[in-house]
Amino acid sequence: MRDLPFGLVRVLDEAGQAVGPWNPRLEADTLREGLRAMLLTRAFDERLFRSHRQGKTSFYMKSTGEEAIGVAQSMMLGREDMCFPTYRVMGWLHARGYPLIDMVNQIFSNANDPLKGRQLPILFSARDYGFYTLSGNVGSRFGHAVGWAMASAYRGDDKIALAYIGEGTTAEGDFHEALTFAAVYRAPAVLCVTNNQWAISSYSGIAGGEETTFAAKAIAYGLPGLRVDGNDFLAVWAATEWAAERARSNLGTTLIELFTYRASGHSTSDDPTKYRPADEAAHWPLGDPVERLKGHMIALGEWDEARHAALIETLDTQVREAVKTGEAVGTLGKSKPSVAEMFEGVFKEPDWRVVEQRRELGI
Amino acid sequence: MPAMNMIQALNHALDVMLARDPDVLIFGEDTGYFGGVFRVTDGLQAKHGLKRCFDAPISEGGIIATAIGMGAYGLRPVAEIQFADYILPAFDQLVSEAARLRYRSAGEFWAPITVRSPYGGGIFGGQTHSQSPEAIFAHITGLKTVIPSNPYDAKGLLIAAIEDDDPVVFLEPKRLYNGPFDGRHDQALKTWAGDPRAEVPEEHYTVPLGKAAIEREGADATVLAYGTMVHVAAAGIAESGVDAELIDLRSIVPLDIETIVASVRKTGRCVILHEASRFGGFGGELAALVQERCFYHLKSPIERVAGWDTPYPHAFEWDYFPGPARLAKALARCMER
Repeated sequence: MRDLPFGLVRVLDEAGQAVGPWNPRLEADTLREGLRAMLLTRAFDERLFRSHRQGKTSFYMKSTGEEAIGVAQSMMLGREDMCFPTYRVMGWLHARGYPLIDMVNQIFSNANDPLKGRQLPILFSARDYGFYTLSGNVGSRFGHAVGWAMASAYRGDDKIALAYIGEGTTAEGDFHEALTFAAVYRAPAVLCVTNNQWAISSYSGIAGGEETTFAAKAIAYGLPGLRVDGNDFLAVWAATEWAAERARSNLGTTLIELFTYRASGHSTSDDPTKYRPADEAAHWPLGDPVERLKGHMIALGEWDEARHAALIETLDTQVREAVKTGEAVGTLGKSKPSVAEMFEGVFKEPDWRVVEQRRELGI
Repeated sequence: MPAMNMIQALNHALDVMLARDPDVLIFGEDTGYFGGVFRVTDGLQAKHGLKRCFDAPISEGGIIATAIGMGAYGLRPVAEIQFADYILPAFDQLVSEAARLRYRSAGEFWAPITVRSPYGGGIFGGQTHSQSPEAIFAHITGLKTVIPSNPYDAKGLLIAAIEDDDPVVFLEPKRLYNGPFDGRHDQALKTWAGDPRAEVPEEHYTVPLGKAAIEREGADATVLAYGTMVHVAAAGIAESGVDAELIDLRSIVPLDIETIVASVRKTGRCVILHEASRFGGFGGELAALVQERCFYHLKSPIERVAGWDTPYPHAFEWDYFPGPARLAKALARCMER
């Protein structure tokens, strides 16, 4: 098992065939559902990124090139499990049918924003979809997943936690603290490093990626580490299934490095051509996750170009309609929740400070 | 009613809550088998089992992150940070996570955690075992900060903190663990024996968060204090001969503004006493609140008596520590006006 962190778990070969011992042997319907959720993630990202460029919101981040990760893991894990996300696994929500209009309203911070205008765009919280509250500071929820998983074990439940951290953020203490607790208390958790090669403008070597693999960090904690082709839907599924089974069998935590590539910029606030070659994404040797799954399904005879084009069209229409509905409510600055919401939820019950300040503001 | 010192009272609160609520569990550095460096968790692992009271790695950030995750699941963890001086590696967890979960998730997640930590000086602990960091927590919206001054309050406030659905930083004045200490370090050590505030009921009870206690009634000045300084204030008031009202705030967030305002409006003078260094200390906030609400009742400027704006010095502990003589002087200055 000590070799696994230095290898690369792959299922899909260059010809689009599913090969080798990790093949999860998924039904064709599952593959089609995965492809649909990945394409939806991409369509949503493209349209909402444009909304930002049109001045309809303040900020956006795309998951482009990494869609297989959130989608496969969301589909594989159970409804009662909890994901402790980063901002680049929006496929988790798309795979579970989180309403597009709720996402759009949150991104526009309008009157119907489910997070009441309190959070930056896409820093969602969706408890019913197994999606823990996101925040703009990276890494600090990694340990929450371990505590959440320990609580599940303490109660005798069989729910497990899955957390993400970027390869750049593995340099934070949060990463090492979480792995220490996970190992010491044998937490039923799956801890994932999404190695998309770039932390804003810093390549993975700045986080130590040239000295060893991120999966190999597991060895020092006595945890199994898997290094997985994150652009291979089937490999992500299989590795997650393996780690989830270990967790549910009380064998503890697995660290999974999902080797992928951030095909877009970090966010709407950076221009990636300033720090890496403009055509780097096209040369990424592990390909595009959507194209790879599509090729596999075509090779199986379960998919074709015409259906693919039609699906993209359908999904884009769905996204367009959600955006139109959200725009009708209002884009950023044109509509917002009641200002009273600013004062709610600081504590369970407001103390006199917010009561007085709310009065001072006249609401 | 049995007499307990503050360690026993806190231990009792934890024992009561472990027995009463299966969602309560306790962890921290050395809190399990050994029972904590100050013995507050002594015997709890033996009585309630390894799953309810256990040892944590030396990782304050990890301890609080784990507690938050447990809290989000639905448990009520009580985490111990061995000394308040060591809480800073967990500061990000407290500020960016525990204090913000409820707000940013629009009520989907929250962290009903209690973070216990011994704080304050007077034990020759040098700068890494003596500090009073309450003001930096009071500044964080979404955190509650509670500081008891006697065994009865310690038990009732700790139970209230554990039962509270918001994150609470519970600072324990370590110099008061074994007895009341009024700052007169050259006098014989006192224990809690015989002190009425050390009569602690065995059963479950709470002292509500955000309710100050009037420790001594008085007509001519109001002294605001908490933790160890409540006892220093009582000694300083006696030394000054001023008929001062002494208010033990008990929690600084939530703050019992009504009791403070009513007292200062009655007395017309206000002295604030805390052990933490003065500049940017919680006394500044108290002074601002008092002048905003009581300006026309004030007969003299508000005084602050606090630790000097230096790190906590080892050899100069009693030069740094704001003892009763400094409070008495401040009271005398007030009365000259």
